[in-house]
Amino acid sequence: MALIDLNRKEIHCKIVYYGPGRSGKTTNLFYIYNAVSEKYRGKLLTIETRGERTLFFDLLPINLGQIHGLNIRLQLYTVPGQSHYRATRKLVLKGVDGIVFVADSLRKRREKNIESLLDLKNNLRDYGLDLAQIPLVFQYNKRDLVTANVPLLTIEELQEDLNKELQVPYFEAAAAKGIGVFETLKEISKRTVKFVARKYVFSSEKVRAQGGVI
Amino acid sequence: MGTMIVTDEKARQLKEVLDRQLLAIGVSLAILIDEAGNVIVSAGNVNGVDTTSLAALAAANFGATAQIAKLLGEEDFSILYHKGKKDNIHFSKIGMDFILVTVFTDDIPLGLVRLRVSQVAQELLDLLAEN
Repeated sequence: MALIDLNRKEIHCKIVYYGPGRSGKTTNLFYIYNAVSEKYRGKLLTIETRGERTLFFDLLPINLGQIHGLNIRLQLYTVPGQSHYRATRKLVLKGVDGIVFVADSLRKRREKNIESLLDLKNNLRDYGLDLAQIPLVFQYNKRDLVTANVPLLTIEELQEDLNKELQVPYFEAAAAKGIGVFETLKEISKRTVKFVARKYVFSSEKVRAQGGVI
Repeated sequence: MGTMIVTDEKARQLKEVLDRQLLAIGVSLAILIDEAGNVIVSAGNVNGVDTTSLAALAAANFGATAQIAKLLGEEDFSILYHKGKKDNIHFSKIGMDFILVTVFTDDIPLGLVRLRVSQVAQELLDLLAEN
């Protein structure tokens, strides 16, 4: 649930990085955290196991600047990818406004990608949300391994497996090196803010009439 | 799930309730958040407290506890309380979508905090639900 705070002149949007375990969701957040100046980012919060796997979520608040006098504040969350953390993933999805699906390009992870996307779809459905409606982009991560002689899925295969029906933008990335990280963030931010703002414009007439919270 | 809009006037009214009912009895910090982890309004001394992280963790904590409740066949645990050496923290569900977080020292009796929180719950809910 996005929050538009006219008192502090801020719009808060929740963006969740979803995908199978070890696909690079937390790596995306770390790269963004290290690349953005302190002025535009909050504290990076991580809840992880001893093995450095995400246990609950990571959270990075960032400030995108102003639109029409309102500060856009994004809260970037990741979920734990391993399949047995389904309940936790669902909790993190509560109130989501936009999703980045980070897929693993490794050929041996093909089934995990498909399984994770299905899990996302089911979790959203439980909240009355439709994957086809919510702002979404794909990130095909680990593309740099193509030179390392590791069997990778081709972009066509990934598109066929995941994005055939959804037809949303996708980005090739190597999150550990920062390649594609900001391109992905820029696109999902744009889509999410547009989505939230449209709902706001739609409901602002009502707000003016009622002077209250919707 | 819709978008929630907090107007100046609404923020002022909500803060006034927190000030009058909770800060008045000595609570150091009161934060009203939604279940997605957004801070709607806060009152009291936020110096040095990262309210963004606190709100995200409080919402997650509540969500996790609700799942534990389900495992035990309970509907929900509507109140959580953690005791520290110096500060204590109390979480209370407000309606379906909101959580009130209060931070207070040992000088304030827990019973009084619980009483006041349950008294303000309806008042806050009325303000939040006003259309």
